[in-house]
Amino acid sequence: MDDKYVLQLKNISKEYFGNKVLKEVNLNVKAGEIHALVGENGAGKSTLMNIIFGMPVIHNTGGYTGDIIFEGQKVDTKSPKDALNLGIGMVHQEFMLLPGFTITENIKLNREITKHNVISRILGYRLKSLNVEAMRRDSQKALQKLGMNVDDWLPIAGLPVGYMQFVEIAREIDKKNIKLLVFDEPTAVLAESEAEKLLDAMKKLASSGIAILFITHRLDEVLAVADNITIMRDGEQVSQMKREDATLAKLAQLMVGRKIERIVHEVRESNKNDEIAMTMKNLTVDMPGEAVKGIDLEIKKGEILGIGGLAGQGKIGIANGIMGLYKAAGEVYLDNNKLELNNPRKAIKSKLAFVSEDRRGVGLLLDTSIEMNIVITSMQIQNRFLKGLLGIKSFNLKDDKAIRNWSLKMIKDLDIRCTGPTQITRRLSGGNQQKVCIARALTLEPEVLFVSEPTRGIDIGAKKLVLDLLVKLNRELGMTIIMTSSELGELRSICDRIAIIYNGKLEGILEPTDSDVDFGLAMAGKYSSKEVV
Amino acid sequence: MRDFWKKITDKYGYPKVFMTMFLIILCILAVIQKQNLPGLLKDSLVRVGMNGILVLAMVPSVNSGTGLNFGLSLGILCGMLAGCISIELKLTGITAIFTAILISIPFSAVVGYLYGILLNRVKGDEMTVGTYMGFSIVSLMCIGWLLLPFQSPDMIWAIGGKGLRTTIALAGKFAKVMDNFLSFNILGEPIPTGTLLLFGVACVIMAIFFKTKTGVAMMASGDNPKFAAANGINVNKQRIIGTMLSMILGGIGIIIYAQSFGFFQLYTGPLMMPFMAISAILIGGATAKNANISNVISGTILFFALLAISLPVINKMMPEGNLSEVVRIIITYGVILYALTKVGGDN
Repeated sequence: MDDKYVLQLKNISKEYFGNKVLKEVNLNVKAGEIHALVGENGAGKSTLMNIIFGMPVIHNTGGYTGDIIFEGQKVDTKSPKDALNLGIGMVHQEFMLLPGFTITENIKLNREITKHNVISRILGYRLKSLNVEAMRRDSQKALQKLGMNVDDWLPIAGLPVGYMQFVEIAREIDKKNIKLLVFDEPTAVLAESEAEKLLDAMKKLASSGIAILFITHRLDEVLAVADNITIMRDGEQVSQMKREDATLAKLAQLMVGRKIERIVHEVRESNKNDEIAMTMKNLTVDMPGEAVKGIDLEIKKGEILGIGGLAGQGKIGIANGIMGLYKAAGEVYLDNNKLELNNPRKAIKSKLAFVSEDRRGVGLLLDTSIEMNIVITSMQIQNRFLKGLLGIKSFNLKDDKAIRNWSLKMIKDLDIRCTGPTQITRRLSGGNQQKVCIARALTLEPEVLFVSEPTRGIDIGAKKLVLDLLVKLNRELGMTIIMTSSELGELRSICDRIAIIYNGKLEGILEPTDSDVDFGLAMAGKYSSKEVV
Repeated sequence: MRDFWKKITDKYGYPKVFMTMFLIILCILAVIQKQNLPGLLKDSLVRVGMNGILVLAMVPSVNSGTGLNFGLSLGILCGMLAGCISIELKLTGITAIFTAILISIPFSAVVGYLYGILLNRVKGDEMTVGTYMGFSIVSLMCIGWLLLPFQSPDMIWAIGGKGLRTTIALAGKFAKVMDNFLSFNILGEPIPTGTLLLFGVACVIMAIFFKTKTGVAMMASGDNPKFAAANGINVNKQRIIGTMLSMILGGIGIIIYAQSFGFFQLYTGPLMMPFMAISAILIGGATAKNANISNVISGTILFFALLAISLPVINKMMPEGNLSEVVRIIITYGVILYALTKVGGDN
């Protein structure tokens, strides 16, 4: 029975520094089968693949527990090379191709077919020359297997994106002993027609006896090609089913579903207030990897609006665009005043504040004191915390006493754990760094506060503190908060409304109490079409 | 002992510790060789005053994020030009010096502004571009010095009557004016009070500048440009201001240097001057990303005292050849090399 499976995973568990990211995962893939692996970001899909491929990151962090059985043999892949020798191939999400090389050269890279020449007979095999004809023949064969007709001597640079993906696959299937191919979100960058072609190619490959592990969060593709489906959530394997048993709604629910611990229980009276704080009209943001492609959204005064969606769909781009960090176009109104875009200074002057998702890159001066980190924006934009030199007003000297008093108050109010206001922020823990960022934003006394990924990379205890803090600011100071987060649970625990972004566009606005199915569909881009039906 | 060594090197960095040890050894050797130690110490003080402002010029450029100013020769050329103009105007004494400084400031400011624009276009490669920018402009000015219409017979070639000499003596113009200002004797050696005072004042002004709103913005742009931009600071503008300040200090610095030295060395004279200043501030513990006033003061004292003392001591040990010059070069470039390998290294 067992030997029918190409790959079997048994009770695979993995922890990173005491944080369990995989819990007893079991997975069986048969030859000639397309097995889909679905889950949100952070569900543990990538970690699982890293284990199969023996990526160094796994061994550097203490390895894993459980067994990998490949073709009936227990194996322990120590490095990606081991995996390749076993016959496991991987088609990457981003293309690992050399743009200046031809298709053939890319397919045959480091596995070139060589022949002897005069010099190599004397000086050894390293100087053998390439057998270009044989290489091209092999490449053509691989490309044809995928149903692709293209000159194999064209350089990669300049090829359409879809073709590059096919070249990657051709490279994998050209390896003679390939038995299992992993596709890691292969359709993420493809247009619809290209994606269809790819799915066809996958089916073709499967029918030739190669097992395929297909990682994706496009649920319709799963339903189109997969034979078996495994759903993961928070490192756990929540369900496994045959395609015949699966429906879009069922998959969506399983992918998202979790116990929602709502911090805020009361139904908001102020929610009925329809005063608009901010209006976005056809906002587009050119942020690499998080492009926003035209969003219309109204934000009510005094609400906490959540912005959710999967990674790469553009949710991060919204706040970055409005704050002027990435090039934005479209219209944004604040209380009916048009906001000048692409100008961080104007945005901050218009009483907006931003806590960046890239805390260490954009959010902090790591080698500067906590107190300067807290006041610097206010000093630069609002001319606070300054005093004249010897009574001359136009000399703007920083007012050390005012800065110290204010930062001590902030450290106390937000409970920033530190040795003192002059400690540099690099030495703080993630949660406390986040509090410093929030303190800086608060110092600006904003009317609208953007918070991106407020709990990323901080431990669970600190997460709750940060979320509680946001709720407190909203309730006590009436601050309008726009919170962007990859963690749906977090959004659902404190937000009044949640906007889900899919493919750079607004997919739908949901109530935090809406069903898991609706959230799942919205994240997969199927919510708006469901309403039409 | 090992712990002590680690503590010291962690706190002050290897260059500073090694240079201090080397300096102490040289001083001991000087005493053994029966050299005039007070005289050597006075020479050191003179050199510190001479070069201090040039070293200080590195601070705004490092802190604004453009790295060590290898293009400082541009500012130095501006200062030399201003010095020549003040001689042409037949000025002498304190007036001559301050006129030269006043004239040099607009020159350096304009040059710094243009150079700043250039640096904003080559972000990440400022130091390489700066080095070659400095070399090319110094060479270009070699033609300039020949063509500029100066008339003063003290400066132009005696034969032919056109073009400036390679070395312009400042005796009778403003040589030693600041050195002698309020000068007094310690152990029979005169102290260059005025020059040292001026260096001190410049340091104080610079320290105050980094407490101003602009200074804080400049530090932020240098420390983390992304952060600065996100917080509404115009990073490119801060970099230009930093470059301008650096050039202005370079111009003033060379005038002070020349008054103490007694000569302007035109033509290829300024070619290697930025390297000395860079070496000094690096020995003081600065990096290509971070520099402060205490780096300037300690670095200037260590580096230039080392040069002043090593020269006679080593010459006495090995009279043949100019080994002291070789030692100077090894220290200067060695320290720069060490510091540059540290840029963006371990994080």
